[in-house]
Amino acid sequence: MGKRERLSGNEAVAIALRQINPDVFPAFPITPSTEIPQYFASYVANGQVDTEFIPVESEHSSMSAAIGAEAAGARALTATSSCGLAFMWEELYIAASNRLPLALALVNRALSGPININCDHSDSMGARDAGWIQMYAENNQEAYDNMVQAYRIAEHKDVRLPIMICQDGFITSHAVENIELLDDADVKNFVGEYEPETYLLNPECPAAVGPYSITDYYFEAKRNQAEGMRHVPQVVLDVAKEFAAVSGREYGLFEAYRMDDADRAVVIIGSAAGTTKDAIDALREKGEKVGMIKIRLYRPFPADEIAGALGKVKAVAIMDRAEGYTNHGGSLGADVMAALFRARSQALAVNYIYGLGGRDVRVTDMEHVYAELQKIIDNDDAGETYRFMGIRE
Amino acid sequence: MSNVTEIRWHGRGGQGAKTAALLLADVAFQTGRYVQGFPEYGPERMGAPITAYNRISDMPIRVHSNIYDPQYVVVVDESLLETVDVTAGLKKDGAILINTARPKEEIVPRLKGYEGKVYTIDARRVSMATLGKYFPNTPLLAAIVKVAGIMEEERFLTEMKFSFSHKFASKPEVIDGNMAALKMALQEVR
Amino acid sequence: MATDISKLGVKVKWQDLTEGMLIAGAGTSKEFPTGEWTAVKPEIDWEKCKQCLLCAPVCPDSCIPVADKKRLDFDYDHCKGCGICVKACPFGAITMEGVK
Repeated sequence: MGKRERLSGNEAVAIALRQINPDVFPAFPITPSTEIPQYFASYVANGQVDTEFIPVESEHSSMSAAIGAEAAGARALTATSSCGLAFMWEELYIAASNRLPLALALVNRALSGPININCDHSDSMGARDAGWIQMYAENNQEAYDNMVQAYRIAEHKDVRLPIMICQDGFITSHAVENIELLDDADVKNFVGEYEPETYLLNPECPAAVGPYSITDYYFEAKRNQAEGMRHVPQVVLDVAKEFAAVSGREYGLFEAYRMDDADRAVVIIGSAAGTTKDAIDALREKGEKVGMIKIRLYRPFPADEIAGALGKVKAVAIMDRAEGYTNHGGSLGADVMAALFRARSQALAVNYIYGLGGRDVRVTDMEHVYAELQKIIDNDDAGETYRFMGIRE
Repeated sequence: MSNVTEIRWHGRGGQGAKTAALLLADVAFQTGRYVQGFPEYGPERMGAPITAYNRISDMPIRVHSNIYDPQYVVVVDESLLETVDVTAGLKKDGAILINTARPKEEIVPRLKGYEGKVYTIDARRVSMATLGKYFPNTPLLAAIVKVAGIMEEERFLTEMKFSFSHKFASKPEVIDGNMAALKMALQEVR
Repeated sequence: MATDISKLGVKVKWQDLTEGMLIAGAGTSKEFPTGEWTAVKPEIDWEKCKQCLLCAPVCPDSCIPVADKKRLDFDYDHCKGCGICVKACPFGAITMEGVK
């Protein structure tokens, strides 16, 4: 079962897509996601997939074509980064509100400006309220595994929402690391065939997709859409359980790392979580009770579960790899703090902005965050709650 | 943590430092180890200084930062000795490998007092003799495998032959030249 | 399976809406009296009508039904009063307030 390999995150996702063999893949290149359609185009040329690969003229068009294909009854996806995602803005909402379970392989990159090609989460964080499911990966293995599970979640009859599978630009997309791939047949069996109930290319039952909804309907339509999102966490867990049976790799809504007796915790998304694990292990060797929550499912946000996992901590640092311009932190900070408030948590919480535009995150940076959390506990005061990790000042 | 070998590559865009790092990750992976090979992207143009990194370990690698305190540094382009602080953080019990035609005695004074071992190889001479063109990364790959003791030479050559036969499946005529470059480099590094 | 649009009146609860507001099945617009959208309507003078049928195909809302090679009276439930049929009639048999 499975095959040990060493691959970049982009190639890993491209291989997952080859194994899934989707029906339609419209694509427009943008760094650092370009390699995904590039690898995939070679699979098309080699006859390894029978996907309709459409080179379009912009991301506005790639997402539009994916939406059209999905509405027609095809399993569709595209890939992008940064400004490419921004150019899909209008269509992101169309895909979600029309309940089209297409997939987007997103390779996180900073938005301009200043123009920058490196990793942060400002692109996907901006799209967090568009109605898409968002999943994030720590490394190439998780990006691959999330991609394999994506359609099972998105297409589930209780969900039917588009899904964004995110990984960190360059840090995981361009780093070659060890990975374990599933057999092609296992992926094919796991993902299964897409059988939509209603689709435009069904001559037996014509349909209207995306009709105008006047004020009398719009509000109820959005509430109906929200209901699909409410079913996502259970479906994610169910699919993860089935995936574990095939792969041996277990996933939840988030990963709680050494949290059992932790009095200090970090909540973080993406590749810096791995770096944080090394910091935690080093501090644990010295007897410090530190742990981490790594977000896998960010939209919908598993607020109650995260508040539960943070139930015993005295201080928590929430790490945002995107600026929110709220004057008090980023969006993950806001989500986690709201969850803690609703759970009547007594934890002292601070929000760090970090890693923008590819700024490197070192083990020592994370050790410093835990040291700051200790000070907060000692002072019984969170102090400044809107902080910047490793900024020159 | 302590069993991780960390290597930093300094080169110029277009010289193949990134490719060399990925090849090293590849060949170390073949020995059953955990690997990372990744570039640090700066200005995307030919000739600009670039950095690439390798971690090689017996345990899964989780850290995703750049490498600041490497055990080994490889300098693909000698002209970087003046413009880049190539020995920054380099461990004293590690080593630096420099691609140069000059004798070691001329290179050591340019290393800002680095006290560890210094190795040199004339990758241009090796490459021209075996490939007829200047591709520094193949000789440097062999040299760093030897210097850092990544794997036994015989095993390395076997794995690389396998790797080249895939990589150059469409132009098998270059396989022998590349293999000769590896073998010559293993002899020439000093 | 076609959507049962009889349940989709303006008092519908969110639970009873279709996912994504998708409407399955053809011809469902018949159930919506869009003729309410106008106060002025065309009228036909059967004395002047020669049954040439030039009016029927130009109606954007298919509100001029034809049976046995003869046009029937307007479908006022769906006629939005655009007046195109007035212009199309060569015999001045169709009139509507505000259209010459």
